[in-house]
Amino acid sequence: MIFKGKVFKFGDNIDTDAIIPARYLNDAGEENLKKHCMEDADTDFSSRVGEGDFIVAGANFGCGSSREHAPRAIKACGVHVVIAKSFARIFYRNSFNIGLYILNADTTGINEGDLLEVNTDNGEIKNLSRNTVIKANTIPKFMSELVNAGGLIGYAKKKAGAYSHD
Amino acid sequence: MARKLTITEKIILNHTGLSDIKPGDIVNARVDIALGNDITAPIAIKEFETIGIKEVFDRKKIALVPDHFVPNKDILSAKQAKVLREFARKHDIENYFECGEAGVEHALLPEKGIVLPGDLVVGADSHTCTYGALGAFATGVGSTDLAYAFAFGELWLKVPESIKVIFEGKPKKWVSGKDLILYLIGKIGVEGANYMALEFSGGTFKHLGMADRLAISNMAVEAGAKSGIFEPDEITDEYVKTRAKRDYTFYRSDEGAEYARILKFDAGTINPQVAFPHLPENSVDIAEASSKNIKIDQTVIGSCTNGRIEDLRIAAGILKGKKIARYTRLIVIPATVDIYRMAEKEGLIDIFLDAGAVVSTPTCGPCLGGYMGILADGERAISSTNRNFRGRMGDVTSEVYLANPAVCAASAILGKIAGPEEVL
Ligand code: SF4
Repeated sequence: MIFKGKVFKFGDNIDTDAIIPARYLNDAGEENLKKHCMEDADTDFSSRVGEGDFIVAGANFGCGSSREHAPRAIKACGVHVVIAKSFARIFYRNSFNIGLYILNADTTGINEGDLLEVNTDNGEIKNLSRNTVIKANTIPKFMSELVNAGGLIGYAKKKAGAYSHD
Repeated sequence: MARKLTITEKIILNHTGLSDIKPGDIVNARVDIALGNDITAPIAIKEFETIGIKEVFDRKKIALVPDHFVPNKDILSAKQAKVLREFARKHDIENYFECGEAGVEHALLPEKGIVLPGDLVVGADSHTCTYGALGAFATGVGSTDLAYAFAFGELWLKVPESIKVIFEGKPKKWVSGKDLILYLIGKIGVEGANYMALEFSGGTFKHLGMADRLAISNMAVEAGAKSGIFEPDEITDEYVKTRAKRDYTFYRSDEGAEYARILKFDAGTINPQVAFPHLPENSVDIAEASSKNIKIDQTVIGSCTNGRIEDLRIAAGILKGKKIARYTRLIVIPATVDIYRMAEKEGLIDIFLDAGAVVSTPTCGPCLGGYMGILADGERAISSTNRNFRGRMGDVTSEVYLANPAVCAASAILGKIAGPEEVL
């Protein structure tokens, strides 16, 4: 898939409490998650972000809690791709499971407001504002199969077709 | 010659149909216990219902623990808890606990013998890694993962590399498992063990109990780790033998197993630690923390890290006959109902109340900034919990300092961050 949009840039160690604070976890509805996404890191993020925009961050993005509300909140904002130097483990797997694209790349040269064109199939990140191209690390084959199946539930549905407990 | 395996590799291997595995492999592993709570399980239940499978894989191997927002903090959280309850009733889930018999999930499951050595446990909660203390492979996953595990009793896992962490020597007085793990995270950083298994060993652990191991494994995720495991021994056996209602297996790493890193520390030189805002890796010695004269507004003693009876005994030992500082709050939260009851019988609750504390029924509550103990703007707390991220306990301008229960109790008395020796 190819996505084009502008960059919202964050630093290192953006934790899941920053992505979606626990005080809003009494409602897993998309509207609620969208409204409060990134609130503690960037107060009016959700009102400025648009369909196809990117979250670009430093190291250890998504550290902390296992709350799947975090990648779901990001997706609810219209962001399809997060690019960071590294990701915390559970956030990483949650994102693949729910079909949010996660790219591992050196984000040093990408700045707030840059216009990017990202190809999630080959990991090519074109920075249209700066005329540069960087390449994201490749992902394991199983994980791309997972995203292509529509995430883990899509994968599960296929499996359920050939499987039953009774 | 067959590859030498770590305890983690062995447990995972024995939960697959494979004959060999190595770090980096993605495998489908059988799950002994799949856990969810009142925040994560509602999403899992919703997803489970879309898969097209009617029955859960095994009603005895699922644990549902409403603990984050119970007793229900508001209408929305009541609805989430209701989703759990109705699912538990519909599928006759054996390990479902209403709040009057429950407590914080990671204190409850070991206490009830639901998780055992050699198990492979997945939980939709990052601190599922706590059960590594028992010699189980246990890791946090997401809600969608949990839905998948509910349906099929298995889950995809990447076999992690392991870091061996050896602590030798007798710890100083007031130094607990909490201090060793804060010290370690201070050394390797919050990303220091990302995607890896931490494997703890060494003579130090003969001097510490199961509560210390549970606190250490609990915070493995704070270094990014997938799991934090101890090789089971007599202390493990002592803890599980009276609780287990099924068989369990002690696994051990092979001599010559491969590690990504081996780290060795002399526990005898480590002092109580305080982790400064806003990351668990910002740990410093208590002497340094105390010298900074950091005033506090609130102290929290509880959580899946340090809400066990051993922790409450230590805190009560310091608070006995004393009062907390004026214009500050102390919130004590026994992690489970059984711990609450023990604390009551031992007279600890009275000690806390006499000191001016409020004692809550078991819940996560303020640990995640959920309810009951939320910080206002600019307020500062010292807490026996595990995370001090920005805004974790309340307003985004509030601050959380992490420490062991002894340091928390002493700080509550002086109204500033202080070590136990300063009040005794
Ligand atoms: S006590 Fe805190 S860390 Fe433990 S499960 Fe509850 S919210 Fe999570």
